[in-house]
Amino acid sequence: MYRYDEIDQRLIDERVAQFRDQTRRFLAGELAEDDFRPLRLQNGLYLQRHAPMLRVAIPYGLLGSAQLRRLAHVARTYDRGYGHFSTRQNIQFNWPRLEDVPEILAQLAEVQLHAIQTSGNCIRNTTTDQFAGVAPDEIVDPLVWCELIRQWSTFHPEFAFLPRKFKIAVSGAEEDRAATLVHDIGLQARRAEDGTIGFRVIVGGGLGRTPMVGHVVRDFVAWPDLLNYLDAILRVYNRHGRRDNKYKARIKILVKDRTPEGFAAEVEAEWEHLKGGPGTVPAEEIERIASRFTRPAYRALPDDGIELSRDDRAGAASELAALLAPGEPGFARWAQRNVHPHRMAGYAAVTLSLKKTGVPPGDASADQLDAIADLAERYSFGELRVTHEQNLVLADVERAQLPALWRDARALGLATPNIGLLTDIIACPGGDYCALANAVSIPVAEAIQRRFDDLDYLHEIGELDLNISGCINACGHHHVGHIGILGVDKNGEEWYQVTIGGRQGNAAGIGRIIGPSFARDDVPDVVERLVRAYLDARDSDAERFVDVVARLGLAPFKEAVYAHAD
Amino acid sequence: MPTLIDAAGPRADSWTRLEAADADALATAAAQAAPGADLLVTLDAWQSAPELLTGAARLGVLLEPDDPPEALTGAIDRLALVAVRFPSFTDGRGYSTARLLRERMGFMGELRAVGDVQRDQVFYLARCGFDSFELRDGEDAQAAVAALATFSESYQGAHDRGPLFERRFPQAARARKKAVVL
Repeated sequence: MYRYDEIDQRLIDERVAQFRDQTRRFLAGELAEDDFRPLRLQNGLYLQRHAPMLRVAIPYGLLGSAQLRRLAHVARTYDRGYGHFSTRQNIQFNWPRLEDVPEILAQLAEVQLHAIQTSGNCIRNTTTDQFAGVAPDEIVDPLVWCELIRQWSTFHPEFAFLPRKFKIAVSGAEEDRAATLVHDIGLQARRAEDGTIGFRVIVGGGLGRTPMVGHVVRDFVAWPDLLNYLDAILRVYNRHGRRDNKYKARIKILVKDRTPEGFAAEVEAEWEHLKGGPGTVPAEEIERIASRFTRPAYRALPDDGIELSRDDRAGAASELAALLAPGEPGFARWAQRNVHPHRMAGYAAVTLSLKKTGVPPGDASADQLDAIADLAERYSFGELRVTHEQNLVLADVERAQLPALWRDARALGLATPNIGLLTDIIACPGGDYCALANAVSIPVAEAIQRRFDDLDYLHEIGELDLNISGCINACGHHHVGHIGILGVDKNGEEWYQVTIGGRQGNAAGIGRIIGPSFARDDVPDVVERLVRAYLDARDSDAERFVDVVARLGLAPFKEAVYAHAD
Repeated sequence: MPTLIDAAGPRADSWTRLEAADADALATAAAQAAPGADLLVTLDAWQSAPELLTGAARLGVLLEPDDPPEALTGAIDRLALVAVRFPSFTDGRGYSTARLLRERMGFMGELRAVGDVQRDQVFYLARCGFDSFELRDGEDAQAAVAALATFSESYQGAHDRGPLFERRFPQAARARKKAVVL
């Protein structure tokens, strides 16, 4: 993780002091609610259905064990004993008291955590690949660039009051695990032929009310120009983005209105002025930031010859099981889904599933958080990552330690072998917590998980992203689920609209609606029928649900869902 | 009454604001203004009837959030004041307007934020180049002056100072090169 220097620490301490005073003025009646709202939002604080919700930033998803223990302490002391990991690699607390929030932020600042710009119409937390720095398919380690962007975006004086929120994601690998095509700005790090690092810049993607896949506005921005180029994009957006209608205020609408080519030309014109200017990043700064990241002290381990990145994951997992945990049923299945390749011989990355049936997706108790901090220290150099699928990753585990980690994780309820499978559901907090939601999400996720509780069946179905959002704001990323479920309001009742064929990654696409929406109790049946239609139609178990939708279109799935209806 | 402040504290406002609906009203208002007054007019008035403003001691233009600062190109040296209106403090267009005026167009005169201006925004406003602030009714002037020092450092460059890495590595800033192979 990145370790603060004196200036980094001073700035977040000054932010705590600023927010303490703003909260005091609000509570004393000196600051009206309308004036306080944008200020508290820029510190991650919402006033929700039951109580305030505090969203704490986890910059690019990277956490140290001491930080995790502090989050556990906050959950235990100021919340009801748990935290909720969000799809933007942050953590949310749903029950703090407003008057306690300045103190919570002060305690977080002691371990280099903050809630700066986790909400509001400003540049939000930058997200990245949960396997940054360890993925074998990595071209450029995105972490240093994410920290550079974090610093540039923190308290940016020109862009604190944008037309709408603004999200940046960075990927540095061949496979895009950061959803760069569905962010306001997606950056794909790459190397030019001469080895120069640069970024392909994608603008105008996003989910929400008007889902869109972003457009490439520049194929390569060399790294020294990155911040100047970002300034140019943000300036064009800040000046010209719509402010008359919040539903048309995201940059994707501006890009559409100007056409991607027209928008790119405006950015180029602005960049002409900024290029080579004071915002040009010196190599010394990149070296300085890189040197402040802790790096795992890997041991030289023998290569066991088991290729975890090969297509036949089941085969690789059973070889691993035979080598490391013979006679331990369950290990192979866990290894197949929750263990991931690593660029260093003898190491693997491990996902701790926060998708156990009956637990809201992304939720972890304070005791679990403390225990996970222990696991991180015991198995992974004291660090962990939050994934945008709402799970946790120990990125640097020695393969020989996998069985021990598996047993420990299982005892904590964190070893459900379902990563990438149907029950690894992304879900927003939904109507149980969120004031915006039309419908609940968590109980729907649980009902689906219960329906697909049979592990053999779940593994037979194979990779299937199922995402649930409680409203059109799409915090549950339903548009990019292979199956997406969206809560809608019909005359005051909760209904659910189903899309299929959405996907994230390099070929990101928006799912299509299969037809009229469903009552809540029918949703597990609908998913079951979609899955059966898929199993009937697939060529082999290598053809995933989403591949069959791409091959056959909606028709057989509509037929399966609606034909029996009467 | 709104209070005008700058970094030194509250101060008197010497400017007469002419907000006329049309050319005739502007002519009337200009004629009524005290001879040798400092006149602050809208961009529209300034563009359409400059001859009416010849009696002013000093001239200033009031920009609305959607007025492009580029409209003042070529005339920037004749203006002693540019005021930028914030209809609501959450409308952030004026921050870009300010930086363009200062950093691209080289405006050296007084740059004033007017409208919904509160203490919680003055730090960012000052960074973008504003040097006077017409605080909204009821805002505490001393607290607003103090808020200009909310943060003791800044990561990114703006009008007031360059990026932090320029202070960390002054030699690199001097020898700034465009394409460096990492």
